[in-house]
Amino acid sequence: MSKRRVAIVGAGMTKFVRRAQETGKELAFQASKMALDSCELTLDDIGAVCLGTAPDAFDGVHMKAEYLSDGAGALGKPYMRSYVGGGTGVFAVIQGWYHVASGLFDTCLVVCEEKMSSCQPHPQGAFLTIFDHTTERALGPNLLWIFALEMNAYMTRYGLDKRDIALVSVKNKRNAADHPCALLGDPNITVEDVLNSEVLAWPVQRLDVSPISDGAVAIVLAADHVARRVTDKPVWIEGVGWSLDTAYWTNRDLSYPTYVEEAARMAYKMAGITEPRKQIHIAEPYDPFDYKELHHLEGLLLADKGEAPRLTADGVTQRTGDLPVCPSGGLLGVGNPIAAAGLMKVAEIFWQLRGEAGARQVPGNPKRGVAQAWGDLMQVGTVVVLGV
Amino acid sequence: MTVNIKEFPGTPLSEKDFQKGRILFTEWVPKAHYAWDAGVAIGRYLAELKAGHLIGRQCWGCRRVMIPPRMFCEHCFRPTDEWVYFQDTGTVRTFSLCYVTWDMRELTEPQIPAVIEIDGASKGMGILHLLGEVDPKAVHIGMRVKAVWKPAEEREGAITDIRHFKPL
Ligand SMILES: [Zn+2]
Repeated sequence: MSKRRVAIVGAGMTKFVRRAQETGKELAFQASKMALDSCELTLDDIGAVCLGTAPDAFDGVHMKAEYLSDGAGALGKPYMRSYVGGGTGVFAVIQGWYHVASGLFDTCLVVCEEKMSSCQPHPQGAFLTIFDHTTERALGPNLLWIFALEMNAYMTRYGLDKRDIALVSVKNKRNAADHPCALLGDPNITVEDVLNSEVLAWPVQRLDVSPISDGAVAIVLAADHVARRVTDKPVWIEGVGWSLDTAYWTNRDLSYPTYVEEAARMAYKMAGITEPRKQIHIAEPYDPFDYKELHHLEGLLLADKGEAPRLTADGVTQRTGDLPVCPSGGLLGVGNPIAAAGLMKVAEIFWQLRGEAGARQVPGNPKRGVAQAWGDLMQVGTVVVLGV
Repeated sequence: MTVNIKEFPGTPLSEKDFQKGRILFTEWVPKAHYAWDAGVAIGRYLAELKAGHLIGRQCWGCRRVMIPPRMFCEHCFRPTDEWVYFQDTGTVRTFSLCYVTWDMRELTEPQIPAVIEIDGASKGMGILHLLGEVDPKAVHIGMRVKAVWKPAEEREGAITDIRHFKPL
């Protein structure tokens, strides 16, 4: 396949907050302007814009991409929205990548925005329509069910207890204490805090879950020849992958994310990665729930099935461990403005590989990282491998 | 973030702002009514529920017996071949004890959603339903359960024609 090399050359991010005073357009503008400023480009230098944002129903605005387009810098430009639920933030990068890799554009601004707080009384209301209207919605479902059912299947399959999983929440919320945009950073949180938090839908407790939040993130992609002119520290997109599992979700093995494995294999193949555990130095798997980080580490082939909890307990996934996982603080700590949260993971790997992550910087000059997101009806995996 | 960035935009609103009505708040009831065709497979599934039966479809390509039934096999990508009648018993593959409503109000008695693998369907073929007539503490993965049907005259051709599943 003939394709051009594509680099990330700039990134910007707003604070992730529970309720933002800024509108969605204003948040998208802030992140986009910051990303452009960070690599000293202007909108005139940008060939195309890709926007990722999750359900229209959060904002009560249909065709939300068009509504947000001005803030995303899309005036008069080729513009495309991607939406694969929670997988959007990483998929938007994939979409921007093929815009540039194909040779169609030399540069692409990728913007992800989410404002969940507008939806009353709770944004879960917008998400209940995820269930099949005829065979499931009549049962009066709660969005949490789907995650609780999956978490219980995972715990039971491998004989895990809540303590094994709570360690993820503690690690990520502590990591987030070093993130200037974080909503739930807490340097002192303990496993006991997680285990004593309110039971929502057993085995899911309050502190197993990422918060509802508002925010935006943007990155600038550039083809090889532009990237080298713009920055002396380009971060290359070495591989991309994405895959869907069946929408008959109750017919699936809920204890293993096959869709992530398929997406990871596609991205690793493109990146020439044959031994992910040796060749990946840092990982940002999607962690809207603490068990999902474990699930996804296994899907990313960075841990054997059922072994991710042990890696966590052994400290391997700490910022100073052999495989730092969610050094940003993840969704559990930084926050979960859905599409923006996925792109935050890509931005984090970008900053980490450039050595610009400040207090969050992982030691040892990491050369390659992977970011992953997950969504739709618990069925999509989106994966991007970055390297320097 | 990047160490080069000193200021990050974004202005959080406080809970007080919200309580004191400093936030623009509008309520709007969408006129969103939907009429769905249940389709060929689910249409018959619902009709059989009304008659007190659980049914599925088999694909002769991969031999899978599937519930909910579908007219095509997503693995083989060919039409499915035959209707199959099941017992109304099964095994709990996973469950939750849910103590909140969808909008995060507390429930004193938990709802117990479960994925139930129906006897006679292929391994791994579960459906979403609720468990009832059971002590929440006694629910476990692997528990054998049986459908509790509404009386025939109350059934309307819906998944709720099964009130819940109870321990066998
Ligand atoms: Zn088949």
